[in-house]
Amino acid sequence: MSTRTVENHLSDRARDERRLGWRLAGPAFVIMILVTFYPILQAVYTSLFKYRLTDPDQREFVFLRNYGIILTDPLWWRAFGTTTLITVVTVVVELVLGFAIALAMEKVIYGRGLLRTIVLIPYSIITVVSAFSWFYAFATDTGFVDPLLNKLSFGLFPADFDWFGGFWSAMVPICISEIWKTTPFMSLLLLAGLTQIDSAMEEAAVVDGATWGERLRKVILPNMKSQIMVALLFRTLDAFRIFDNIFIMTAGSHDTSSLSLVAYNQTISRTEVGLGSAVSVLLFCCVVIIAMIFVKGFRVDLAGGRK
Amino acid sequence: MRPRRTRALKPLLGGCLLALAVSGLTGCGGDAGGTDTLTWFINPDGGGASPTGGGQAQLAAECSEASGGAYTIQVEQLPNEATDQREQLVRRLAANDSGVDIMSLDPVVVPEFAEAGYLVDVPEQYIEDFTDDRVQGSLDASQWNDTFVAAPFWANTQLLWYRKSVAAEAGLDMTKPVTFEQIIEAAQATDTDFAVQARRYEGYTVLINALVAGAGGSIVQNEGASAEDTQLGLDTPEGKRAAEIIQELAGSGAVGPALSSMNETNALNMFQDEETSGFMLNWLYVYAAMKENDLSFLDDIAWTTYPRVDADKPAAPPFGGIELGVNTASRNKDKAWQAISCITSAEHQKEYMLGTGNAASRSSVFDDPQIQEQFPMADVFRESLNQAVQRPRTSYYGDLSTAVQRTWSPPEQVDPNRTPAESTELIMKVLRGEALL
Repeated sequence: MSTRTVENHLSDRARDERRLGWRLAGPAFVIMILVTFYPILQAVYTSLFKYRLTDPDQREFVFLRNYGIILTDPLWWRAFGTTTLITVVTVVVELVLGFAIALAMEKVIYGRGLLRTIVLIPYSIITVVSAFSWFYAFATDTGFVDPLLNKLSFGLFPADFDWFGGFWSAMVPICISEIWKTTPFMSLLLLAGLTQIDSAMEEAAVVDGATWGERLRKVILPNMKSQIMVALLFRTLDAFRIFDNIFIMTAGSHDTSSLSLVAYNQTISRTEVGLGSAVSVLLFCCVVIIAMIFVKGFRVDLAGGRK
Repeated sequence: MRPRRTRALKPLLGGCLLALAVSGLTGCGGDAGGTDTLTWFINPDGGGASPTGGGQAQLAAECSEASGGAYTIQVEQLPNEATDQREQLVRRLAANDSGVDIMSLDPVVVPEFAEAGYLVDVPEQYIEDFTDDRVQGSLDASQWNDTFVAAPFWANTQLLWYRKSVAAEAGLDMTKPVTFEQIIEAAQATDTDFAVQARRYEGYTVLINALVAGAGGSIVQNEGASAEDTQLGLDTPEGKRAAEIIQELAGSGAVGPALSSMNETNALNMFQDEETSGFMLNWLYVYAAMKENDLSFLDDIAWTTYPRVDADKPAAPPFGGIELGVNTASRNKDKAWQAISCITSAEHQKEYMLGTGNAASRSSVFDDPQIQEQFPMADVFRESLNQAVQRPRTSYYGDLSTAVQRTWSPPEQVDPNRTPAESTELIMKVLRGEALL
């Protein structure tokens, strides 16, 4: 009897908490649905039509044909390959660089605030602006990169190398601008992880005579695994949607198109909104799959330290 | 962490919604009553948005003044490149944006916009005014299905700009028509550059179209046909000849270090480099630009009509410029046409030509002594405008142009035996909506 009352009491409380939770989160939830679900559903619906904005009378229901066209088009797969390449390269480099910067930011004692501010500057710059800066830096007429490399290599490197004239060479400025801009984000997330590590553990490892490498591998990395995975997840999702740099630098020539650029070209330039929506839906699916791989495959706990 | 974030976000969100609401009101509302404000979307010109800069903004101010209070023209600037201008206009027009009254249109978008019902036909009473004394290229560009849907404003074409000293050194007689191959050889012999546009953008289509037309062909053989019935003229001897020229250009070593990045501005920069400048294909504006830059060798620069593809066939200079159209969704169509009539008057076209270097569509303007003095190439230019060949006139021009650019890029990989056929296949697939771009 008594246990039952306790249970009832507890579930009452739980119900109240749940109700409060809904009341607090409800408005945000409704807005989320309005601003995210509506466009997604609209895109899914539009993607089932052959629909050209400048020719609305010819709108025709084609069911999944747009998806068939896209998935059998070599352009989609080339863009998929390019996007994956950029994602992997930039995220790996950013992880290493970001970790090094995070370590420095944690260890530095004097001018810590200044250092953190300086590190954040690239991240605060608008992507288009950063893309333009790097574009001009690598351009053959206004750029300083070519003359600099030419000087440093004592003339071995051509003084007017056309970076944007080929796939692999264009990947260099595209990836560099992406890495330059988003490494600070990575290092901030990693810094949050670093500061959460109990310093007693590190001190104990020092007392036990562990070298710096051993401490890094056995103490620091295992203890911040979840933060690393969260950082990787965020950056991978972000990098997979890369658009600005490519749009500015090559506009997709030499097969440098990313999936976002393909979606843009169909929807905005060609006004083929049906086909474009289908590309966007597929891009969305890719992003969901990546997130699922991270969350399920690597067991990333998005709630972080709330365990 | 959580509760704090929510609290911090709420005012932020409110602010965003407010900002959206406010910008929405000013963006789409337009003027409700009182004096009629006409919004004219202009392509950027030398005058910018300044009412005294000599550009479209100045014409807008002068015509507003001349209307005696009937209307005030407000200008909005479109992006720099033709493709981006089209994108922005399409977005607005497709949304029936009544905040667009008059539009500065690139000739290639006229068929597309007319077919989509975005353009009002020119009213009967203005047709005589808008067709009188105009160069042929402008008249062609202002019609769709034999109906005038826009008013010719200014007209452009490319000339072959060259340095007299370089031509003399190469022994090239520029008083006679020259061919692309002759120029390539001359540039090679003198170790100078032949600046053309071959970046993956509209300017590259301009070049390819001029080459196909110069070889006696045309990219679209039945203009005005539906997407499925379109007949392309690329996989033909003329299309292959055009590909041959691109191949020769790309392999010549005389087109600068970055042929696949060249647009009009790069070409002009290259041509202004004293050590390597030799030849350049470019629009009229470059003359005013070079003058403004106080180019040290301005006296050495000369011009002639566009080069020939084959010595025995006439050249096909590209046609550009701007036509003025009125938006179907505009609430002030009558006044918009009145304003266009004012903007395109002979006097204003002359003023615009002097102010920006953009040439008139009225033939008689070129005879004006002031124009003759400031534009020593006026006669050659008018001749070129009357010879000019339009880019393919189809409502699918954007797709067609992008497909051409994609299959012909990078220029280094153009192969006469492969590229025209591949190009044809892709364009047809794109027109049928069966391929991505």
